[in-house]
Amino acid sequence: MGFDWNFVLEIMPELLKGLKTTVNAALVSFALAAVMGLLFALVRRSSIKWLAKSMDGFVEFIRSTPLLVQLYFFFYVLPLYGIKLPGFLVGVIGLGLHYSAYLSEVYRAGIDAIGRGQWEAARALNFSPRRIWVGIILPQAIPPMIPALGNYLVAMFKETPQLAAITVLEMLQRAKNIGAETFRFLEPITIVGILFFLISYPAALLVQRLEARYANANR
Amino acid sequence: MQMQTDKNDKPIVRFEKVNKAFGDLVVLNELDLEVGPEEKIAIVGPSGSGKTTILRTLMTLQKPDSGVIYVNGKPLWHKEVAGKLVEADEKHLRKVRGDIGMVFQHFNLFPHMNALRNVTEAPIYVQGMSRKEAVDLGKDLLSLVGLADKFDSFPSQLSGGQKQRVAIARALAMKPKVMLFDEVTSALDPELVGEVLSVMRKLAKEGEMAMLIVTHEMGFAREVADRLIFFADGNVVEQGPPAEVFDNPQHERTQAFFSAILRH
Repeated sequence: MGFDWNFVLEIMPELLKGLKTTVNAALVSFALAAVMGLLFALVRRSSIKWLAKSMDGFVEFIRSTPLLVQLYFFFYVLPLYGIKLPGFLVGVIGLGLHYSAYLSEVYRAGIDAIGRGQWEAARALNFSPRRIWVGIILPQAIPPMIPALGNYLVAMFKETPQLAAITVLEMLQRAKNIGAETFRFLEPITIVGILFFLISYPAALLVQRLEARYANANR
Repeated sequence: MQMQTDKNDKPIVRFEKVNKAFGDLVVLNELDLEVGPEEKIAIVGPSGSGKTTILRTLMTLQKPDSGVIYVNGKPLWHKEVAGKLVEADEKHLRKVRGDIGMVFQHFNLFPHMNALRNVTEAPIYVQGMSRKEAVDLGKDLLSLVGLADKFDSFPSQLSGGQKQRVAIARALAMKPKVMLFDEVTSALDPELVGEVLSVMRKLAKEGEMAMLIVTHEMGFAREVADRLIFFADGNVVEQGPPAEVFDNPQHERTQAFFSAILRH
């Protein structure tokens, strides 16, 4: 049984539909993780000790349990308590929450890298705490984080097949469905691999270039 | 015992039995200190003796362990509630701290903003000044410190002396009643010290703002200060008109310190 290019053409539209779902899921959950990760990082720096500690614990918990378990939990357990969401939404929330734990570490390192002098100058000029964050700390902390954030975006993109476990029709799930119907797995699975590569690899190259740029630009 | 010059009608800053220790190291020991509204005070003394801590507790960067600091008649770290002093909240600190400005040893300019924005940012966001007004003020102040050609330069493009002059302009923009200078020339290459001191000399002559200057530049202290304070072991050892203290130090510690620096 050789590689059948006509079959590839036939299944391509279905796989591309899956690719669209995959890309959407990755982008939306990344956006969610970027916002929540920052929020987590800020709460972990809070002067309210019990709040910061609880957030530490929460982040540790998320990082120490598998994504798949978390996805199943949201998908199968929450409906028992009346919270029933569509698979895509559960997937995006699960993936986003999981990675927000990792991104909060990235934010934390970036914020810690800002010297004490910046905080003191900001305080001496009497800026409000909000303005210190928005105008002085984050604009310095975030640009050097961009390569790390980009790496996580690529990682999340490659994790999306796990959403198949909770019925999201992303690319891999569609390939498996095609295989189940036609008994041909070679072409769909190969194409899925190639499509992942065609997006991941250039993205990784881009991240590398950003890394080099921020390493040089030491403004 | 306080030195009073004719300028001090009502002190702009008053320390009352202020204490601060880091572990076993006592850096402020029952410090009493008054600063007149236009007074220029130079504080000299051995390293690690707490000179900088005076400025840092006044700028609310470091909390005293006990004692009260008054700024313009209002307690800085405390609020008066029903006649009693209780610990102040952030809101109160922000209100009282507005009268104080500070220039740091390591400049601490905002590296992601050009010189002009470093100066205009606080007037705009803290004082609510219009952008146009702030830009006019910023340009005036940068010109005053001799940087009329550097409005658009980023800190990374400036020399240490230029950075420190931007930092001075930035602090001036908030129109403080008291300005704190924390060893502002210590991090500079020797050939850049002069340009910063000459700006400070100009500010001292103009007069209205009180200045607290922690420095190792003895010649400058002698020339500019109304009062020289020799500070050691957490308290004022000796103080007076600079010429008197320099030429005729009364206290043994002061004599030892001056003879040690004059030796090289």
